[in-house]
Amino acid sequence: MKRPGRDTILSHKRINRRGLILGAGQAGFLGLLAWRMRHLQVDQADQFRLLADENRIKIRLIPPARGQIYDRNGRVVAENVPSYRIMMERDEAGDVDAVIARLGRLVDLDPDEVEKAREEMRRSGLHPVTIADRVSWEELSRVAVNAPALPGVRPEVGLSRRYPMHEEYAHVVGYVGPVSDYDLEKMDAPDQLLLIPRFQIGKVGLEKQREEMLRGKAGTKRVEQNAAGRVMRELDRRAGVPGKDIQIATDSALQSYVHARLSGESAAAVVLDCQTGDILASVSAPGFDSNLFVRGISVADYRALLDNKYRPLPNKAVQGVYPPGSTFKMVTALAALEDGQVLPDDTVYCPGHLEVSGRRFHCWKRAGHGNVDLMRSLRESCDVYYYELALRTGIEKITAMAKRLGLGVEHDIAMSSVSEGLMPTKAWKRAARGEEWVIGDSVNSAIGQGFTLASPLQLAVMAARIATGREVKPRLIKSIDGVEAPTGHGDDLGLNENNLRQIRRAMYAVSNNRRGTAYRSRIIEDGYRMAGKTGTSQVRNITAAERAAGVVRNSDLPWERRDHALFVDYAPADAPRVAVSVVVEHGGGGSTVAAPIARDITLQALYGGPPPLEAYPARDRPRIQTQQKKLREQQLSRSGKLDDRA
Amino acid sequence: MSYLEYTVKSVPTGPRKILYLNWPLALLLATVACIGFLMLYSVAGGSMTPWSEPQMKRFAVGFAMMLGVGLVPIWFWRNISVVAYLVSLALLVAVELFGSVGMGAQRWIDLGVMRLQPSEVMKITLVMLLAAYYDWLPLARTSRPIWVLIPLAFIMVPVYLVLTQPDLGTAILLIAAGGIVMFLAGVHWAYFAAVAAAGIGLVTAVFKSRGTDWQLLADYQFRRIDTFLDPSTDPLGAGYHITQSKIALGSGGWTGRGFMQGTQSRLNFLPEKHTDFIFTTLAEEFGFIGAISLLGLYALIIMFCIASAMSNRDRFSSLLTLGVAATFFLFFAVNMSMVMGLAPVVGVPLPLVSYGGSAMLILLLGFGMVQSAHVHRPR
Repeated sequence: MKRPGRDTILSHKRINRRGLILGAGQAGFLGLLAWRMRHLQVDQADQFRLLADENRIKIRLIPPARGQIYDRNGRVVAENVPSYRIMMERDEAGDVDAVIARLGRLVDLDPDEVEKAREEMRRSGLHPVTIADRVSWEELSRVAVNAPALPGVRPEVGLSRRYPMHEEYAHVVGYVGPVSDYDLEKMDAPDQLLLIPRFQIGKVGLEKQREEMLRGKAGTKRVEQNAAGRVMRELDRRAGVPGKDIQIATDSALQSYVHARLSGESAAAVVLDCQTGDILASVSAPGFDSNLFVRGISVADYRALLDNKYRPLPNKAVQGVYPPGSTFKMVTALAALEDGQVLPDDTVYCPGHLEVSGRRFHCWKRAGHGNVDLMRSLRESCDVYYYELALRTGIEKITAMAKRLGLGVEHDIAMSSVSEGLMPTKAWKRAARGEEWVIGDSVNSAIGQGFTLASPLQLAVMAARIATGREVKPRLIKSIDGVEAPTGHGDDLGLNENNLRQIRRAMYAVSNNRRGTAYRSRIIEDGYRMAGKTGTSQVRNITAAERAAGVVRNSDLPWERRDHALFVDYAPADAPRVAVSVVVEHGGGGSTVAAPIARDITLQALYGGPPPLEAYPARDRPRIQTQQKKLREQQLSRSGKLDDRA
Repeated sequence: MSYLEYTVKSVPTGPRKILYLNWPLALLLATVACIGFLMLYSVAGGSMTPWSEPQMKRFAVGFAMMLGVGLVPIWFWRNISVVAYLVSLALLVAVELFGSVGMGAQRWIDLGVMRLQPSEVMKITLVMLLAAYYDWLPLARTSRPIWVLIPLAFIMVPVYLVLTQPDLGTAILLIAAGGIVMFLAGVHWAYFAAVAAAGIGLVTAVFKSRGTDWQLLADYQFRRIDTFLDPSTDPLGAGYHITQSKIALGSGGWTGRGFMQGTQSRLNFLPEKHTDFIFTTLAEEFGFIGAISLLGLYALIIMFCIASAMSNRDRFSSLLTLGVAATFFLFFAVNMSMVMGLAPVVGVPLPLVSYGGSAMLILLLGFGMVQSAHVHRPR
């Protein structure tokens, strides 16, 4: 065996030395790697574990079912129906345009909606957006069957609001609509739910006023997502709280009748229960279909509503204010009686006008009424009598009485834009107009003209309060989730019962005495007779020249300059159950236009359905019969049409 | 003329050679490969396909090949090293001309049975050639400039070809592996010091030049460097890989989330989870303990190689063994640094664990020669 050469030994030593140095270097680097591993996996483990969970776990909201709305008899007014829609997710779709084109061959796509969806997709890549809303079941199935060819597209079932009565409750219940940026701006800390695109919230009416209650609380579910955002599984879920069901005080049959009876007019009517203050019906005509707004109304439809001269959108029953005209006379009379300025039997001479500080105020009857006491003044609606009472009593006391009777105050009901109306005082005029109160203002106010303004709801409240002598408060919400809300029975107003009786007697005479202004619209069924008051309020000034030439008749005037026709009543006169107010905008005379409508509504409310013809004066029966038949047909054809649409 | 040729008679012959193989080293390699099968099974969502099963077959072939190569005398491998180098150089040129384009770079030749990556082959043949060169070169000439320039040329020619593919990761590995063999052979310190100084100078110059008229890199290249230094600046772009990788590693904690329970890999947050980033899945599912164990196995493999080399007085054998070990070290060190955010993302697989045929086969070929050196060492 040969010994290794010198070179070999030297080289061996050198390689070993350098090999050890290299090995040491490698060991050092391994140490660095191990240290780094420890740093990441031990020192920062919690932080990275959190990041990993953030990566995969996403919290999704489960929208709660919105509370339903029923009427007093349990009929559905607003409900939730399943709505099928097609959602799309950009990341999964890949080529968005191609997928939309393919989808378009299966489903009728609205170009506007597609454009909106594209825009939403550009903004948020991971969230699914709605590309077609309210598709039919057939279309939905077609999409489901073709799912493999439509990546990122998936059908979804959600809940959408539906108003089965369409027009009749448009103003009371209002409607929901997709939440808008404008809505969000108005809120300080919007509920997470509202950030869901096209989440429906109450926009108007009860839906808006009780939005929080109806909406409920969102549930959440935690889902595990992969890197592409596809949900792999649900980890857990926390149920939300569904919205509360609200029962409203209205009677849908009556509401529907009133709606039909007012059709063709720009009018409003309110029916109150005298005992509980329940709003049995509140109608503003013409109405509109609330369902139009649920998914966002089209521009054309909205324009049509705006351009209608009868103004369907505002709720005339609570928001519309009108000079109450002669229906205000009970207020003036009660104020004077309570103040002791007049006794029921005191008479005032009416020559057809009254001269006050150089200005001549006319009675509607040019020839004058002669000697007038309280009974006659209301029955025949003499203006001069009230001019005289206003001079004696003064505006402050009249306004105070008006407010006790529910005029000029904002009633607390869950509807939008409930108006306060206006009952003027001297201080108000100074503040609002910068002018001093003049005596002529008092004179005008005494007959419900001038500055006085009241809504149909306030007039109905006034009638109910006169009828009962209690502070009846209107109530819209009867119960919430089955829990009865406090009634509007009200405490005693503290008015002199004798004075009230005088007013009631006079109101009874208005619609039952041969000389009463509403005698032609009387109820002849004993036990259902009504007490009422007509009102005709001017919307224009009658100049002296015109008066001299003879006042132009309403039917000769253009529509928007005609007088408003008003009527308030309660019935039965001896044991009041319902109070009614009717205002027909530019309808002409209270006795000829408003009183018949109010009578029909009153009867309908008292009988809880179509009244027998015997309740009407014999002479009117043929006419009433045809009218009832017409209305029934109208209601029937409407509901038939609605079923088709639903 | 090396010492080896005088002592062949003391080398075991025939089937007896099998007993003299470095069995502990072979066992360690097989263990690491098994960890690889397990991880490939996990990232496939608990399935042998598409990765785990083919990987097992390839490893079986590679392991048998390693043992076969180990039984062939070491001087045979020394004698063919020049030819092997020239062939792999030719393959590199061929891939330049006819190669398929994969992942935006020309890297492999399709042999029908398997795809051959000449740059992988070059990693071993370069080490072979350099070991043979220094075996031939008289010791006294090792540090003469002219004799230093020749091996430098051996290194730079394939590096140039690899860079044109372009494959920066392999190029760096080739330079590092070649440099290490030169260092081991005893080239003077001063050369390495000079290269290091030049390198530092160049990097400084590059960074200093930023924003000036004589800027040395394009803006996008600077941005890539920025992303490496601070991945959070581009969390959804280039930084995404490294950020997700660190999250996966970190969320493993001490003991990991359990086999097949890693959310980062299962839910596809990890990129390239079956190839370059497979270590993150291991670290996520088996935690610090699992990761450090794999590191320990790698360290043991290196230690066995160094021990074998140091007990071997043949120059070619020692240099080859240390060179192969260094290449192996570079693989996993660069890969781990990359997934742990210590180095920029360059395509370097985790040896024996990442899915991929040619890299594993070439490595096992290299270890085959290490076995051969071990069996045929002069005693």
